[in-house]
Order: sequence, then structure tokens, then C-alpha cells
Amino acid sequence: MKQVELSKQPAAGDPSQPPAAGTATPIVEMTDISIAFSGVPALSQVSLRLFPGEVHALMGENGAGKSTMIKALTGVYAIDSGRVALDGAERHFHSPADSQAAGISTVYQEVNLCTNLTVAENMMLGREPRRFGGIDRRAMNQQAREILERLGLDVNPSSPLGAHPIAIQQLVAIARAVSVDARVLILDEPTSSLDADEVEKLFDVMRTLRAHGVAIVFVSHFLDQVFQISDRMTVLRNGKLVGEVMTQETSQLDVVKMMIGRELEVLEKLERESSGETGRGSADQPLLKVLGLGRKGSLEAVDLDLYEGEVIGLAGLLGSGRTELARLLFGADAADRGELAVRAETTRLRTPRHAIKRKIAFASENRRAEGVFDDLTVADNMLLALQAARGWLRPIPIGMRNRIVKEYVEALDIRPPDPNVPMRNLSGGNQQKVLLARWLITQPEILILDEPTRGIDVGAKAQIQQLVADLSRRGLAVVFISAELEEVLRLSDRLVVMRDRRKIDERPNDDVKVSDVLEIIAGAQSSEEAGHA
Amino acid sequence: MPEQRPSLVRRISASPLVWPVGSVLALIVINLIAHSDFLNVRLVHGQMYGNVIDIARNSAPVLLVALGMTLVIATRGIDLSVGAIAAIAGAVACVFITDAPAQSAVGTAIEACFLAMAVCVVLGLWNGFLVSVLGIQPIIATLVLMTGGRGVAMLITSAQITTIHNSNYEFISDGFVFTLPFAILLALGLWALTGLIARRTALGLLIEAVGINPEASRLAGVRARTIIWTVYVFSALCAGLAGLMISANTAAADANSNGLWIELDAILAVVIGGTSLAGGRFSLTGTMIGALFIQTLKTTITAIGISPDYNYLFKAIVVIAVCLVQSPKARARLVGLLRIPRKQAVTA
Repeated sequence: MKQVELSKQPAAGDPSQPPAAGTATPIVEMTDISIAFSGVPALSQVSLRLFPGEVHALMGENGAGKSTMIKALTGVYAIDSGRVALDGAERHFHSPADSQAAGISTVYQEVNLCTNLTVAENMMLGREPRRFGGIDRRAMNQQAREILERLGLDVNPSSPLGAHPIAIQQLVAIARAVSVDARVLILDEPTSSLDADEVEKLFDVMRTLRAHGVAIVFVSHFLDQVFQISDRMTVLRNGKLVGEVMTQETSQLDVVKMMIGRELEVLEKLERESSGETGRGSADQPLLKVLGLGRKGSLEAVDLDLYEGEVIGLAGLLGSGRTELARLLFGADAADRGELAVRAETTRLRTPRHAIKRKIAFASENRRAEGVFDDLTVADNMLLALQAARGWLRPIPIGMRNRIVKEYVEALDIRPPDPNVPMRNLSGGNQQKVLLARWLITQPEILILDEPTRGIDVGAKAQIQQLVADLSRRGLAVVFISAELEEVLRLSDRLVVMRDRRKIDERPNDDVKVSDVLEIIAGAQSSEEAGHA
Repeated sequence: MPEQRPSLVRRISASPLVWPVGSVLALIVINLIAHSDFLNVRLVHGQMYGNVIDIARNSAPVLLVALGMTLVIATRGIDLSVGAIAAIAGAVACVFITDAPAQSAVGTAIEACFLAMAVCVVLGLWNGFLVSVLGIQPIIATLVLMTGGRGVAMLITSAQITTIHNSNYEFISDGFVFTLPFAILLALGLWALTGLIARRTALGLLIEAVGINPEASRLAGVRARTIIWTVYVFSALCAGLAGLMISANTAAADANSNGLWIELDAILAVVIGGTSLAGGRFSLTGTMIGALFIQTLKTTITAIGISPDYNYLFKAIVVIAVCLVQSPKARARLVGLLRIPRKQAVTA
């Protein structure tokens, strides 16, 4: 059955009329799915129904179990318990090939096609039309063209895929996915590298497919997009099902609450600790001044002033642009627009070295991949940034080295206190302290901390929070990023809220409540929203 | 809590060098069984002779090349062009000497060496440029010079085997200082110097950092490009020295055969010495033992009378065995395999 009328719905804002759940039968029905990885449950009793001609958004924070659910459906992971039914009949998919044969296609976040092959070759890969034992190129290009036209895409099938922008490549990936008579199409973060126009193009294709009765699973961190395109959503949290709702009948705030999952009243009790004097904006000149800083595909232009002794809290959901902003401020990624001035001196931060020279330090959220040197000792890990700044010809004298290491091991209570053990032996919290020490040793004036307390135990977390407060009291300017809003509110003097890769709000932290921030994130009240709209 | 100092045995068995050293010792024992006078050293006219001295001297070129290779591998790279660079260095020096007005003078020999080293710096800069600036994968980037370099050496020697008559130059390979062959002292000296530079400056640390985690190094402000460039230049210099030694040994520059396959022996020496091809922590001492092992193995094959037909096969098997025995995982498996039958025997 097709929901043809759906495609006639206007594109913007209001979601299309979804079919009533009672009348339609779902194509896919996953019931009480549970999966555990080496004893740790990743999903417990989660259900998901996919209806024909519907865009179904799978919602949840990172680690909520969205990808696990998708992989359970596509046969990547084996299911411990539960039932997967296709058209009412129970099915067992043992591999992605199994599920694909049953009409379930997946397009992942990263385009995994071959950029050196043509568009048509990519689309028909593995099922090329044959003629005299060879590939019939004409037939192949013709078939590809028909599929592309059906999706309303104007792409030359014989052009190399790599010649097209990522957005088109993504659409080609989708064209490939649906060309195998897909009845279910799973799109995992398809819009993360697309700009607004490109997203619109993708949505057009999605609407066309929906009109043809395809059931689409849409996973995205962008709330606006989810509300724009989806008909129904399933919200997960910590591997459990929070609920299934019709998009039309819910609000962004409700969904954010479902995703984050704590009762707001409880959160409001966690009042901000009085962190002594706040808002030391007495200095007339900002330490760091940012005007329109941005980078294509990662962050829209952001303005920001940072003063001595001030903690700015960056709040926002994952993928909202908080990490992207931090990386631009440190030169980890180079900005392609906007200006940045340190102590009123305009500068470009093309590499981290430039930033370090200007006394900026950055502790990445990705400790393992971007911070820790497993095989080096704790002492070497600690001194690396300072040593790199000095250059290899000027090793840190042994006396100075011992003094610094001893000082920071004690000050940050690093355990074990032996600086000569390899870094890999330390717990996450202690590794994080070593990384903080690495940057404090360089005596920065601006400290950017991206998720410094993620995944570490409560004791270390409190110590790090205390440290940040102490540092700002001593005049350091701190940019503090955390997914835990309580923590952001407790520490920051000023609050910047990010959403959909741009700054949507900035306000002094005068008794701001978690619920206020959630509302800003959900778009209910934001001072800058009006200006952008 | 009083710190318990681990016993000597524990510390030795925990050292990563225990397996390479053990392998060398095992080979020596095999040789002693075949020839009981294997370890004898004679002093003739103030010069030492003997199997051990020969092994050390013959392993000198591989050790030189392997020192540079160790640092390159520590940055997650590899340098396949060292054999070709050795050939070029030999060719440059020998052609310079034959063309010089005073062919057998000391000055000529010294100038020839310096000229060859200067050429090596350029070659190293080229490799470093391909890897660190253009971002070409090291195995491909150095493959360029590995194949092209022989051609360059060929052009320099006009495709002739250039023989020289300069005893001062030949001294690099044949000379004796303090009763020991100069080649051994040169290799040992460079080994010590490399260790000194790597560990007394911060170069070693930064090399390891780049090799262990390139992205974290970048974010910590390490100038990875300079570091990578430095190690390739150093590797080329080491290869050049080896090239001088090889050509001095035969008093001739042969573009085709000088330093042929030495890159493989050097890589092998590094790996046997315990430096991982995945980059990171490196051990120059391990590399030295690795080079000695390779040469001892070559000597052993002839000493115990293995037919030349089986020479390479035998070498391959021994190398695989040594590599396996170094891997804790493989050792555990092996021990497991040996244990199971014993247990069954007890229960039966």
C-alpha cells in the first residue's frame, strides 16, 4: 500500500499526515529485542515498528542504542532475545546480505562507495548487467539513469563519483540502496556533512521514496530536521525503550526530556554551587575575541568574547557544534571564515602549534585517540606539550622535570603516584588528570576543556571540577564543554548554547536552571533565534 | 608499603631484550658444538682475528643501516631505499677518487666521504619530503628511490664497476684501531652517538610520540613534519656510511650489487631487536643485537655445513621462529600445546 498523498504535503515545518497505526500493518516489527556484549546489556527489550510510507526517526543520545538497534535489524549483530518480523513473519537475519535480500538497505554516515568508479558503476556494483561475459556499460548507465531520474536527481551516471560533492555522493548511495527494491531504507546520520540546501535535496528524495511506500528509518542529531521530515519517532535511552510517539503530537522539548530522561524537578534542585565571585568581566578587553568564526560543513559563524578569569560553559546536544567550536578555537581544525584575536591581536590559528604559542590549550573529548600516549610513561605524557614547544634540541633538564612532575602528581592527586609507569596502566580519570597536567604545565591563559569529566569516576570528576574553579579564580579563561548540564551550570560564569552547528543563545549564568537550558536547546525560547530566522 | 625490588632473574626475563640475546647465545652454542674453538680470538701483529671478530665486522654495515631504520620505523615509517642509497654513496665516493688528481691521498679519501655524505643528505631530504610534505605512504615513497636510486648509481659509475686504489679509503673496512677492526668501532660509535642524541635530547621522545599517536602529537604541538624529515635524513646518512664501508671492502663501486637487499636485513634486525613495525617505542640496543643475530646466523649456516641450496630456507625458518618466540601470545600458545598432553598423561 502506498501513501501517495504524503508527497503532496508542503515541505517546510509541519510533518505530513502519518497513517494511523491501527490501520496500517508494519513492514518490520521488532519486539522486545535484547542484546548484550560480553555480559553488558546494550539493548534490553526494545521494540520498533516501521510502517510503509513513513519516515521513522530513531532518537536517543550517544550510546542510547540506536546503532545497535539498526545492526540488530540488519543482521550485523545477533539478537539474544526478541523477535524480528517482516510482513508478520518471523525472520532471522544472519548477515547484512540476508537483510538486504529481504529488502532492507542501509546507508551509513560515511559514504562507503568507491570515489574512483563512476556513479553508475557504484550503483550497480555487484549486479552489473552482463553481455557476452563482460559488463554491458550501456545497459548499466541506462539502468542507473532511470533510478536517478525516479528520485529526481540530475546526475550523469558515467561521471566519476569523486567529482561530485559529498551530498551527491550520499544521494547516490541512497539511490544504490533503493535500487535493489528496498522496502526499508535506513539512513544513519545522513545529514551530518550536508549544508542546508543539500539537506533539502535529501529530504526531497526521502519524500519521493516515502510516497512510493518505502519505510525509512532516519537517525539524526538534528532535532529540527527530525521534526521536519519524520512522521513517527522511537526514543531510546540507555538501551531501553522510552516510547514511540507521533511527531505531530509531540514537541521538541518533550523529546529532549525523553532523551535525557531525568525529571526536570529533580534537576532544578541541583542548584549551582556558589563559586565565589563570578563574572570577572571587569577587564575591558577580552582575552579572546571571536568574530564570525566558522568552517564549512562543521560550524556556522560564531561570535564569542572570553575574558580573563571567566568560565564559559558550552551547552548543547551532541553534534550541536560544541566540539567543532572548541577545535576551531585551538586550530585543531582550521577555520575558513571569521576572525580571531588573542589580546586584541588578530591572528589565524592554522595548527595547534599556533594556538599553543598564543597560550591556548585544548584537552580533546577523545582522550584515547587524541590525547593519550599509551606506551609512554606518565611523566613523558605530562611533559610532552612543553617539550614540543621547546623543540627537540632543548630537553627539559632532569631536575626541572622531576620537580614539575612531582608537583603535578601531587596537586592533581594522580594515582598511582609513580610517574614512571606507562600511561596505559592508569584509569580513565587519572589519565584525564595527566592530560590536564600536560596543558597546565605549558601555563596557558586560555584553557579549552572538551568533556573533561566524561567516563571517569565520581571522585576524579569532583576533583576536576574543583580544579577548573580554582584555575579561573587564578585568572585563567576557561571554555568548559560537557554533556552534563548540571556540571556546566555549576562551573560557568557565562553560558553559550549551541544547536544545529550554531550558537543560539548566550547569557550570564544568573541562576540559570537545567530546565531553562533544555528549553533553549529545544528551541522554545532563545534570544538569538529570532535574529536568525 | 616497602617497595619490593624484583629479583635479578625476574628483571632479566622481563626485559624485552631477553629473547634476541637468547637467540644469539643459542646460535653461539650451536657453533661451539660444531667447532669447539669457535670463540677463540688471536692477536696477530696487534690485530684481533677470530670468528667473533668477523661476525662483528661483517654485521657493521647492516647495523649502520638498521640504526637509521630503527628511528624511521619508530615514526610508523619504513625506508626501503637504504640499499640504493648505499650504492649511490659508494658510487659517488669511488668515482670521485678515481677522477681525483691524487688518487691515493688521504685528503682525497676524506673529501670523497664528505661528498658522498652530502649526497645522502639530499636523498634523505627527498624521502622526507615525499613522506612528510606530500603525505605519501612511506613504503611507496621510499620505493621510488629504492628502484630509481640504483639507476642513479649506475649513471654515476657509467654502468662500470669502478675500482679504486686508495688504502686510506679501504681503511674504513679493513683498518684496525686499538687492535679492533675500524668497521666495528665505526658502527659502535654511531650506535652510541645515536643513542646519545635520541635519549639525551628530546628527539627520541618526540619520535616515539609521533609513532604512537600522530594525532595526539599534532594536538600537543609536536612538529611532526620536522621530526619525520629528520629521521629520513638520518637514515640516508646511515645508509651512506654503510655504502662507503661496503665499497671500501671490495675497493670498488658496483651499482648493481652494493647494498643489495640490505634494507631487508636492516628491517629484520630492527624487528628482532623488539621495535614494532607499528611504530612507537624503539630500542637501539635491540637493533644492534638483531644485526649481530643476522650475521651470526649467516656464519652458523656455513659453519654447521648446511648445503647452500637450503641456505635461504633455513634462514627463513630460523627468523620466523625467533619472531614467534618474541610474541607473548605465541609463547603462551606454545606452552599451552606442550602442557595439554602432559595433563592428559597424568589423568590417564
